[in-house]
Amino acid sequence: MTDDIQVWMKVAAFVGGGMAMGFGAIGAAIGEGYTASKANEAIARNPQLSGDLFKTMLVGQAIAETASIFALIIAMLLLFSNFSHTSPLLIATFLAAGLCMGLGAIGSGIGSGLPTAEACIGIERQPQMKNRITTIMLAGSAIAQSPAIFALVTSLILLFIDFTGKPVSPTWAAILGAGLASGLGAIGSGIGEGLVAKSGCEGIARQPAGATRTTNVMLLGMAVTETTAIYGLLIACILIFKNFPAAESIAASMALLGAGLCMGIGAIGPGIGEGFAGQSAVKWIARNEEGTATLTRSMLVGQAVAESTGIYALVISLILIFVA
Amino acid sequence: MAIEGIHIVQAAAFLGAGLSMGLGAIGPGVGEGLAAAKACEAIGRNPAEAGLLTRTMLVGQAVSESTGIYALVIALLLLFVV
Repeated sequence: MTDDIQVWMKVAAFVGGGMAMGFGAIGAAIGEGYTASKANEAIARNPQLSGDLFKTMLVGQAIAETASIFALIIAMLLLFSNFSHTSPLLIATFLAAGLCMGLGAIGSGIGSGLPTAEACIGIERQPQMKNRITTIMLAGSAIAQSPAIFALVTSLILLFIDFTGKPVSPTWAAILGAGLASGLGAIGSGIGEGLVAKSGCEGIARQPAGATRTTNVMLLGMAVTETTAIYGLLIACILIFKNFPAAESIAASMALLGAGLCMGIGAIGPGIGEGFAGQSAVKWIARNEEGTATLTRSMLVGQAVAESTGIYALVISLILIFVA
Repeated sequence: MAIEGIHIVQAAAFLGAGLSMGLGAIGPGVGEGLAAAKACEAIGRNPAEAGLLTRTMLVGQAVSESTGIYALVIALLLLFVV
């Protein structure tokens, strides 16, 4: 039986590593490709600026790449894990860590590519604002990486925490649920924050005089969009660190797995939706100075309403963990 | 570990509740975000009508919220009634 568990541990580690890198490659590739397409468009309009634009494109792509480098790290850790310690819980841990990082890299990869693409177009339009646009681009794509960093943190906690002594029966589901909550929960916020940062870059290039107000509202919109990824991280931490009593019934396990799935999937829609709201508000604040206060208010109200379904998902997850 | 019918039903109800609310949150989240985006655009073009536009946005979002509330109701029914 010990040999059996060791075989399944290796299966889980290799499948997890494959999923981490496979899913983790999706987002960064899309984001970087989008950046390259917009850089080409900008260079075609103004070939004299090709040096600057090429540099901006590469810097932005390097940031978008980080999400998939995180996935590569987790995949490597999983492939070269130490299999000497045998525990059935490690099977779930390896699978969860791989899934978490793979899924978590999708949103940030796509999201980080969006501001960079718009920065290339913006620098072509307003070459004298190059430094300001580059700063905003760097800030925007760095913040859009944060959901992937949450997923990385969850994966590393899962890999390095010691679950020995915990009952196998509900804990395996808690581990898988934690991976899914943090991984899936990062997708929406990553894309949403990218959308907000994209219109920040566009707005500053179009209306350099309004750079300060555009930056402020962009950061505010991105912070609100981040919340659903934080809910995912929160549920993941509760699932990892709470001690669940041993339960023979499969129902207890499914409640924890359901909680993770609920929060993870439930965070996708609100994250993207809040991104749309922030994108449009930032775009019009750049164009219309007098409307700044009204637009910020509308953005926050709209984002709050879009957030509500994410909060329902959080409530159902918490009920599944603590009540069911 | 004896798996009995009642446990499987209970397990399915828990998993179903999670999936119901999770999947049910995607549509309203994106839809309400789009409504807010278009409202911001409209307010940007015509700030004088901000009150009317915000009202319309909220009513539209409330309607699109309804499916999210259905998902919540079904999840709560699965958790506490079934």
